[in-house]
Amino acid sequence: MTTREQILDAIRANQPALTALPGVIIPADNTGLQAKFTETLTTIGGKVIKANGYDDVIAYIRSITNAGHRIISAITGLAEVISAGEASPLPHSLQDTELAIIKADFGVAENGAVWITEDLLSQRVLPFICQHLIVILNADDLVANMHQAYEKIGDEHYGYGTFIAGPSKTADIEQSLVLGAHGSRSMTIFLISLPLD
Amino acid sequence: MHTETKDHAELATVFNKDEARVDWHDETLWWIRQKRDKAVNHLPEWELLRETASQIKDNVLSNLAGYLVQFESNAQKNGIIVHWAADAAEHNNIVLGLLHSKGITKMVKSKSMLTEECHLNEHLENNGIEVIDSDLGERIVQLAKEPPSHIVLPCIHKKKEEIGDLFHLHLGTPAGNADPQFLTETARQHLRETFLTRRAALTGVNFAVAETGEFVVCTNEGNADMGAHLADIHIASMGIEKIIPKRKNLGVFLRLLTRSATGQPITTYSSHFSKPREGTEIHIIIVDNGRSKQLGREDFRNSLKCIRCGACMNTCPVYRRSGGHSYHNAISGPIGAILAPNLDMEKYADLPFASTLCGSCSNVCPVKIDIHQQLYKWRQVIVQNGYAPAGKKAAMKLMSLTLSSPAAYHMGGKAGRFVMKYAPFAVNNKLNPWYKQRDMPEPPKESFGEWYAKNRKA
Repeated sequence: MTTREQILDAIRANQPALTALPGVIIPADNTGLQAKFTETLTTIGGKVIKANGYDDVIAYIRSITNAGHRIISAITGLAEVISAGEASPLPHSLQDTELAIIKADFGVAENGAVWITEDLLSQRVLPFICQHLIVILNADDLVANMHQAYEKIGDEHYGYGTFIAGPSKTADIEQSLVLGAHGSRSMTIFLISLPLD
Repeated sequence: MHTETKDHAELATVFNKDEARVDWHDETLWWIRQKRDKAVNHLPEWELLRETASQIKDNVLSNLAGYLVQFESNAQKNGIIVHWAADAAEHNNIVLGLLHSKGITKMVKSKSMLTEECHLNEHLENNGIEVIDSDLGERIVQLAKEPPSHIVLPCIHKKKEEIGDLFHLHLGTPAGNADPQFLTETARQHLRETFLTRRAALTGVNFAVAETGEFVVCTNEGNADMGAHLADIHIASMGIEKIIPKRKNLGVFLRLLTRSATGQPITTYSSHFSKPREGTEIHIIIVDNGRSKQLGREDFRNSLKCIRCGACMNTCPVYRRSGGHSYHNAISGPIGAILAPNLDMEKYADLPFASTLCGSCSNVCPVKIDIHQQLYKWRQVIVQNGYAPAGKKAAMKLMSLTLSSPAAYHMGGKAGRFVMKYAPFAVNNKLNPWYKQRDMPEPPKESFGEWYAKNRKA
């Protein structure tokens, strides 16, 4: 008998009588999502900026970077500030990325997280390996809570997807909060009210 | 007191020698418990969430074999390679075999309590594989050659000065620098080099979804993602109980997990792995290691609902004042004390007694495990199986004799009051465990029985 059969047999012999999977009906407050999202993300170390379009984003990027910085993005509207250079298939080649700018599918007001699927990333490692992260989010793409978030994701097929809520952080040394553990040191979200692309 | 195996009370005595440190440990954990309360009080639906999570986990346990098979099949369709391990040794050998087959001698690992339970690092190191733990707290205890003392906060027992000394010794930071910001930055630089050069990364699994074959890994630091997205092979180790039926169930569990753990609304990163990156492999190892046996123990199977948030530790008056290492088990605190005796009843016979049975653990548990009831039930099972320490057995016998005989009871009470009044040194000494860190109470002049006999006619 294989280990697999052995384990499954032991489980079948020991598992209790079948109980029903509960339906989840959990109330949500859908008012003031932008304000809630902004407040929550700010509390956990992120930054939210309201903008009217990519021009505002470009101006901001210019204000926080200099010519020597490597800036990575697949967003065509930001072409003028993106660093030149050939794309390498190796994720390791992104190690000197100062700033990455990516889009998110939507944001969650209750926890300040944004949902990002693989198709929005040139490499899965990009939002982690960059020193600083900017996320572009359509201001209308906000849900109240995680139940609505998974309703929105539905049965979508993705190879990889992640919720990101703020900068990388740790409090492992005497519970002192430090931003920038292994991932990005900062996370700035641009909430843009106009339809993008 | 001498027992052959390690003993919680004895280890707690060691921890209790430094009273200032105990106070600091106690207050730090209570502060985290208060952060949890604040986060929880923001959600009017909290109790509904807990109840829902508990029922989802009940359903999981009642159809565990079915869900595991469904998960395996969907994961395989996604291109993930699935392995099964009956115990720790088999798990460790699967990991070693995978590394050997790729000619890999260095691996980076993010937090996985299962690999602590299996003593994976030790096994790999004995076989010439270097393992670097990438979670900051885990890296710190790894440098100190200690196990984690808490499942969410691995080095909660360490002062920043001790961490500064460790970094000075191993990472070359200036002596005496204990600034958390500076030490974290040093670890960031040191581990970035590690992430970029390791071809294998191992992570734990927070949730595995039967319906989709994907699994979710939660971190605040981003270390699991840094490891997995830069490696050629990603190995994910999971206990059989990590399964949840549907993707949408994640909504319930991700809302509960970090609010219970640290008071955060969600971890910084909640990553869903469903297919390997092009040219790379994902392997999942599904581990039993005693869990199917626990599933068969009706009184204790609920312990398998645990989502490893650590709330029961932060709130426990015994954990806070005895430290995680006194539990001499990979998982400490109240939940560790009900999981460990399943693995080895004799070795962990002391743990269910390391509790006041106050029930605070059950009150904060996000999946409503009846932790304190199980602690009480384990005590009975342990005594019935003959694993109670000799001293405790003798004391219980004497107590049972005294309480079943009114004459012995009255005499015992009189003798006790007499001794405490006229010969306090006979009880105020280190032979009396009650006297440790406490004074004996003032003896009453008479018992209630004596008082009643005198006053009933008046």
